[in-house]
Amino acid sequence: MSMTQTSTLDRTGTPLVELRNISIAFGGVKAVDHVTIDLFPGEVVGLLGHNGAGKSTLIKCLSGAYQMDSGEIFINGEKAEIRNPRDARDCNIETIYQTLALADNLDAASNLFLGREITGPGGFVDDDRMEAETRKIMGRLNPNFRKFKDPVKALSGGQRQSVAIARAVYFNARILIMDEPTAALGPHETQMVAELIEELKAQGLGIFLIEHDIHNVMRLCDRASVMKNGQLVGTVNVDEVTDEDILGMIILGKKPEA
Amino acid sequence: MTQTNSAPRQDGASPRPGVFGRFLRATEIDTRLLGMIGALALIWIGFHLYGALFKGFGAFLTPRNLWNLSVQTASIGIMATGMVLVIITRHIDLSVGSILGVCAVVMGVVQVHVLPGLIGFGSPLIWIIAAIIGMATGALIGAFHGAIIAFGKVPAFIVTLGGLLVWRGAAYLITRGETISPLDETFKLLGGGPYGAIGEMGSWIVGILFCIGIVWLLWQGRQRRRSYEFPLRPLWAEGVLGMIGCGVVIGAVLVVNAYPWPKGIVRQYAKANNLEIPDGGLFISHGFAIPVLILVGVGIAMTILLNRTRFGRYVLAIGGNPDAAELAGINTKMMTVKIFALMGFLTGLSAVVASARLGSATNSLGTLDELYVIAAAVIGGTSLAGGVGTIYGAILGAFVMQSLQTGMVLIGFDSAVQQIVVGSVLVLAVFIDTIYRRNIK
Repeated sequence: MSMTQTSTLDRTGTPLVELRNISIAFGGVKAVDHVTIDLFPGEVVGLLGHNGAGKSTLIKCLSGAYQMDSGEIFINGEKAEIRNPRDARDCNIETIYQTLALADNLDAASNLFLGREITGPGGFVDDDRMEAETRKIMGRLNPNFRKFKDPVKALSGGQRQSVAIARAVYFNARILIMDEPTAALGPHETQMVAELIEELKAQGLGIFLIEHDIHNVMRLCDRASVMKNGQLVGTVNVDEVTDEDILGMIILGKKPEA
Repeated sequence: MTQTNSAPRQDGASPRPGVFGRFLRATEIDTRLLGMIGALALIWIGFHLYGALFKGFGAFLTPRNLWNLSVQTASIGIMATGMVLVIITRHIDLSVGSILGVCAVVMGVVQVHVLPGLIGFGSPLIWIIAAIIGMATGALIGAFHGAIIAFGKVPAFIVTLGGLLVWRGAAYLITRGETISPLDETFKLLGGGPYGAIGEMGSWIVGILFCIGIVWLLWQGRQRRRSYEFPLRPLWAEGVLGMIGCGVVIGAVLVVNAYPWPKGIVRQYAKANNLEIPDGGLFISHGFAIPVLILVGVGIAMTILLNRTRFGRYVLAIGGNPDAAELAGINTKMMTVKIFALMGFLTGLSAVVASARLGSATNSLGTLDELYVIAAAVIGGTSLAGGVGTIYGAILGAFVMQSLQTGMVLIGFDSAVQQIVVGSVLVLAVFIDTIYRRNIK
């Protein structure tokens, strides 16, 4: 599998993830309407669209936060039943939510291991080992991180983001869902996240990236899938289109002429 | 410790490097804890001095009063430890007083009307079977409440407000308003009293075991920190912590051992055991009361549960961010059921202590307890916004509440004034805590 850059990506094999004909409605409103997208190993697929276009809803069906009304999910070509976040985890899917789903009153280590605590003899949580592991992985992802003893509410947006990303990386995710990972970050921290995405890509992870910033999409993604009013407008190879093409898809809901 | 419900520790430079500040930082003592102990000391000394100055006798800081205070705190204290978990997860339980009443009358009926016919009057098994049934009753009621809250999506406030009325009524129906007595003799020991205490020797053994435990914990913690190359406390700080801990334990042993049995009980005991009472009278120490030991045991168990188990970590996570907890794969609904079941179980245990102390079971037992339990938890620093709370805080809070009550009785305030003071202190305590939290950030 060659994974140098963008379009040289091998998409002939089995996709890592296939979402087929996903639909979900809330009180008669079709939030997601028969959407089909896929994701290959080592690929970053951007999901774009206006607020309320259905990107986050679609992705929450994959992460187990919502249950789709109809449609099928295939992981590595096998049909997967994802009913809740635990099922998603069992498929090695990790999600970094826009709202940074962290428990503010707990420290970095407790958040990183939340739901998967390391336990020692007698089944007691081993805080020291978790802190040591956290120090190790944070040393790799964000060497400036120091606040291991503080509750995460004392952290900056970037620090919180690095905790959320560390959580995904530590547990060897194969499929990563990132919901606007750079929305709350400064330029330096955005750069840090971008480098991290490149690194994860090189390791063969597949990443769904929900993103509003076209420049980030052009820079980070291999393909972009655009949604409008719950429907898929189309999926394009990022290096075959321009910023304007993608903007047109988002605003007008039309695929550019090939 | 990963739990961060205390003041966040500064990793960087301290803002005020005074001697006291350095001491606190080195020992890593929670300043909140210090504040509560200070408040408690103020109440104790205040009541004692008031008595000494205006009544001619300071009755508060006497072994007798402190011993009674510890026994009176046990029932509320046991429930307060459970209430901490309930409030941390952003719920409330208004029904504990009524559940206590139901558990007490169920145990009363079981040991007075049911078991003697089945296994014989005075059977040594009666107390334990009755206690288990009482605690199971509490746990079942709690689980039932929890299930309605979690799966029926009815707010805990409403479910337990309903429970407050329902279970008080149920307690009345079970007894038809009659007092059930006398309770089993062994059962009554669980409520304290001269025979329900472990005596001088027993207290020393317990005290020494605790001191060994404290030293072992400090040493163990140091070893672990070293093995992960985390920053260590200076050795002198460890020593100070050990000395304070052991000092408190030994002080408590001395106090409870300084409270002798009343003369009447001594005479009765001497007669039963064919003892000669010497001229100066026979000094038999109470030692730690059994309900106090139960409270201490519950406190330790609940602290371990909250700080060192996954269950406790999930409780804190749900309190901090319920959505994050759910997304992290925690079954928050089952957690709610378990937390309320645990609250009910502890209420059943409190019912054991309360009815044993009274020597009988009545349907009004535990009336208004829910308010004292919630107040104890909140005074102890449990935040109603969720996510924050400690077990030791709740137990100290229960001591503060009981100290106020006892102190005002001792100096002869009438009950109307007592209510006004207790209510005001509750609000004041939370107000001070709010300011403290704001300034610590």
